[in-house]
Amino acid sequence: MAQQSVTEPVLKLTGIHKRFPGVRALSGVDFRLFPGEVHALMGENGAGKSTLIKVLTGVYSIDEGMVEMEGKRLVVHSPQEAQAAGISTVYQEVNLCPNLSVAENIYIGREPRRFGRIQWKEMNRRASQLLEERLHLRVDVTLPLSEYPVAIQQLVAIARAIDIQARVLILDEPTSSLDRGEVARLFEVVRKLRGEGMAILFVTHFIDQVYEISDRITILRGGELIAEYKASELPRLELVSRMIGKELTMLDELPKTAGETRASDTQSAIVAASGLGRKGAIEPFNLSIGRGEVVGLAGLLGSGRTELARLLYGADRADQGKLQVEGAGKGGVHSPRSAIDAGLAFCPENRKTEGIIEDLTVRENIVVALQATRGWFKTISRKRQNEIADEYIRTLNIHPPNPEQLVKNLSGGNQQKVILGRWLLTQPKLLILDEPTRGIDIGAKAEIQRLVLTLSREEGMSVLYVSSELEEVLRVSDRIAVLRDRVKVEEIDKDEMDEQRIMKAIAGGEGA
Amino acid sequence: MTADSKGRYSSGSQSSLLSRAYKHHLFWPLALWIALLLFNLFYSPSFFKVVVREGHLYGSLIDILNFGAPLMLVAIGMTTVIATRGIDLSVGSVVAIAGALACQMISKGSDQNALSLVLYAIVMALVLSVALGLWNGLLVSITGIQPIIATLILMVAGRGIAQLITDGQIITVSSTPYQYIGAGSLAGLPFSIFLVAIVFAISALLTRRTALGLYIESVGCNPEASRLAGIRAKTVMIIVYMFCGLCAGVAGLILSGNVASADGNNAGLWIELDAILAVVIGGTSLTGGRFYLTGTIVGALMIQTLTTTIYSVGVRPEVTLVVKAVVVLAVCLIQSESFRKAIISRWKTRRYPAEREVTRHA
Amino acid sequence: MLKRQHLPVAATIALFVLMFMMGSFRYTGFFSMQVLLNLLIDNAFLLIVAIGMTFVIVSGGIDLSVGSMVALTTMMSAGLLQQGGWPAWAVIPFVLAVGSLFGAAMGALIHYFKIQPFIVTLAGMFLARGLCYVISINTITINNGFYTDMAQTKIRFGDNFVSPSVIIALVVLALAIYIAHYTRFGRTTYAIGGSEQSALLMGLPVARTKIMVYMFSGFCSALGGVVFTFYMLSGYGLHAVGLELDAIAATVIGGTLLTGGVGYVFGTFAGVMIYGVIQTLIVFQGTLSSWWTRIIIGVLLFAFIVLQRLFTMRSDRKTGSVEKMA
Repeated sequence: MAQQSVTEPVLKLTGIHKRFPGVRALSGVDFRLFPGEVHALMGENGAGKSTLIKVLTGVYSIDEGMVEMEGKRLVVHSPQEAQAAGISTVYQEVNLCPNLSVAENIYIGREPRRFGRIQWKEMNRRASQLLEERLHLRVDVTLPLSEYPVAIQQLVAIARAIDIQARVLILDEPTSSLDRGEVARLFEVVRKLRGEGMAILFVTHFIDQVYEISDRITILRGGELIAEYKASELPRLELVSRMIGKELTMLDELPKTAGETRASDTQSAIVAASGLGRKGAIEPFNLSIGRGEVVGLAGLLGSGRTELARLLYGADRADQGKLQVEGAGKGGVHSPRSAIDAGLAFCPENRKTEGIIEDLTVRENIVVALQATRGWFKTISRKRQNEIADEYIRTLNIHPPNPEQLVKNLSGGNQQKVILGRWLLTQPKLLILDEPTRGIDIGAKAEIQRLVLTLSREEGMSVLYVSSELEEVLRVSDRIAVLRDRVKVEEIDKDEMDEQRIMKAIAGGEGA
Repeated sequence: MTADSKGRYSSGSQSSLLSRAYKHHLFWPLALWIALLLFNLFYSPSFFKVVVREGHLYGSLIDILNFGAPLMLVAIGMTTVIATRGIDLSVGSVVAIAGALACQMISKGSDQNALSLVLYAIVMALVLSVALGLWNGLLVSITGIQPIIATLILMVAGRGIAQLITDGQIITVSSTPYQYIGAGSLAGLPFSIFLVAIVFAISALLTRRTALGLYIESVGCNPEASRLAGIRAKTVMIIVYMFCGLCAGVAGLILSGNVASADGNNAGLWIELDAILAVVIGGTSLTGGRFYLTGTIVGALMIQTLTTTIYSVGVRPEVTLVVKAVVVLAVCLIQSESFRKAIISRWKTRRYPAEREVTRHA
Repeated sequence: MLKRQHLPVAATIALFVLMFMMGSFRYTGFFSMQVLLNLLIDNAFLLIVAIGMTFVIVSGGIDLSVGSMVALTTMMSAGLLQQGGWPAWAVIPFVLAVGSLFGAAMGALIHYFKIQPFIVTLAGMFLARGLCYVISINTITINNGFYTDMAQTKIRFGDNFVSPSVIIALVVLALAIYIAHYTRFGRTTYAIGGSEQSALLMGLPVARTKIMVYMFSGFCSALGGVVFTFYMLSGYGLHAVGLELDAIAATVIGGTLLTGGVGYVFGTFAGVMIYGVIQTLIVFQGTLSSWWTRIIIGVLLFAFIVLQRLFTMRSDRKTGSVEKMA
């Protein structure tokens, strides 16, 4: 921890550029990693964290820039080459084979052999020894990996990584599916490895964990390097503001277009959740949304924002608590279909995989939800469909203005507008927008926000607005619920709403 | 199929596109079919000769329609299943079972020519076929077993069931009304072709005039997004498998009616493979989504023409299999994104093999 | 100790023992060594083919071309022996090489062009079947000395005997068990079946292994074809129709997960024996016809597939949260 000043970085990246069609994933990023340190890489979605890691592990090529390892230029073309060079990675979704035994998962490809015959006994012995001596883990290494919980699987992945004589260990969100005790155990191992001189790059979105384990923090935003700090010298609040992109000192009072004139009727709740929760997704929470009210959900990536929204919509089943939705049928809201029937609508965060139906046209994508509620035979005539499509293309300013265009050929912002159109057509009482402005250009962002305000003010539609862009949430919301580490920590009313207050709630810890 | 996707992309910015893309879509199957017909025109001019004898039309073209009817029917059902990302391997077995049940019931009757008996047998055979489709649909949608595997069960057991019904015999019937289904003619044309026309019309109506087509394409394209948009994906799947069973049942009646007998072992043997081939040639992708019933019909006609052509050229008809194999591979290679990419950007993918892999999974 | 992962295989073996006992109690003359050995004699070719299929299914694929490949092998053997005048020692290595190459080519198409195994091997099935007819549409009877010897030789021990084909099948079985559990190729096959993406990121030779798996299946089909030729002493394009289904069924009943990654070669052996014992039971029963085999196999297939589904759903739930987060 203290030796950084005297040693050379084991890994040094300078001026890394990486472009994808239409996106600058990394522009001129520098990064250093010292032996014997835990270095946290922080950033919101789209900041370029995962691109940087994929560059390091040889998954992506670099357009410009240089990677040096121990002073020598390093070029790797595949994960295998990266491993051979001493860079091992443990991924969030344990990249091992669940059907193989623990020992095999550590040694496959490098099994001890005699005359080509795999020496199982030797392999099992070595695996037990490795796990016990370096990770303090005692398990039956002959059982399939799938028999063990994710935490153990994670440790096995680390065991595989460190046995390849790694000098750099990349932990890509290793804690996202672990509970508190399991995280503690993982960190124990990480500390031990750090003590042995391993350079550890730690990617996470849990702020508490960053401060618990890391020595140094690098922040990325929008593909650019923001800065590198010593963890001890960076207050939580500043970390959050750097990640989100607002200099606290430069905060001006935002023009509050929202709300003043709005008569939100909080008395009659459209949706009321009490103690609603789902294990591993979000801790039980209470939340009610009134008619015509815009409720913002703030929190960092992975704080449980999406999970909360999905529970309300019935996209995932809650395993505890109660959800009351005005106008829901006898069974309540238990599936997307029942949610739609009760007047809910949901624009998912993941537009590509859960939102658009990419091979269908703009027209079909718009009418699909309304048609689904009407059943097969009450079809919307082709003429009416065209009218609807034209209407939404016009009001939402969808480009190109062609209802027969395949939706996959539209830009992200226009795809988002198509999905909005799909839901507006069903005239919902509550519109749930999960990151509606992610990855779309400024103009479209403004349009979508304006639309939300219009809908709630003029049509009395309630909106649940989930976004990692604080400014946006502030601008549109009447009330903001803050989530941290899968817990709803606070609810802030209109009169108390300001950026600093919310950031404190998001950051938690000593800042709150 | 490259022409189609090219057509769709390039003309993407203009309006009134769907109809044009649709035309593009039929371009390849039609072109292939016409090429085959032209070949026949030069090779054996008599191929196109249609003669009228006793009010019936005879000739190679009529034969293609007549013998192609079961394939077209099964392929129509298969199209809807494939559009939902599924596949139904059991259609051959269902063909055998339907024929077996109908023939068995008729042969047990006192008067095999009684219309009521024949109708009753037909209805029962079709009900059974739909029930078998329901079985497949339930396995796929409720238990979540992969379609290939789920329908494999009935594919294996189905022929046994057909044998069970006929008691292992080849059952022959002498029932004029029943034989009419497979061998009769109406207005000079084979009756079976009218059955195809009816089923095609019904399926086109159901999928294009009701919302069912939209549901099917939506589910096949993106099941999760469809679910979130409120479509009951499971119900849609059950329906298409039931429809596929029904189509196979009608095909089974035609096949057994044509030869006035039911052969549990050989009726509809390999028809599932021909049907899948017809669907793929017709432009419906095996990965689900957009489906083209007309394309499927052209695909089925092409396969039948191919068989007839090979026969008329004097090559042994069994060699058709080799040709089919080549066609399957060619069509799949053209549809394979990796194949196209491999041709376009060999160098880059070779240097960073994992970039390709990971972006595919991302 | 019986581990949980061995449970499906244990169930299959228990089922076999149960069925055999059932037959022994009901029918006189059923409980004899020779009946047991006849199961092997009659199903040696199926065993060999199913072993190749096991590797393919464990790797997460499927091979529909095996039945046609068996037919093509009988046809090539017959053609070369009878019409080409080749000696047996040249014919056998030749057909084995053809089978292996055929499989390797399918594997390459599957891996490099990412076409579903189902469709590639379907084309392979058409192709092999069609090639049979290119050679001849009729049955070609074989009267080569070596082949007739192989057909008639009885390897005796005590009062009982087996055919040389049984020895070949058992050698293949032993080799396959060794390959599956003691070689890198075998373990990589399991790894790919467990998660191809992970196998890739763990730096395993995915491309080579996948191609080799289909090559091995092609080889097994060809060898199964050779053994089938000994059994039938003829080449015919309609030999072994539907054998691919029997092989898949035997593999699945043997406890191999159709989704890949889990399975034992020995389980497949047990699956083939169950297949044989059903046939034998039906023969002994006398009044039931042979099509009952298909129905019973279908029922067993259904039972095992549903069991597998329950099995995987349970483990899905365990690791489900991880995938959700990903």
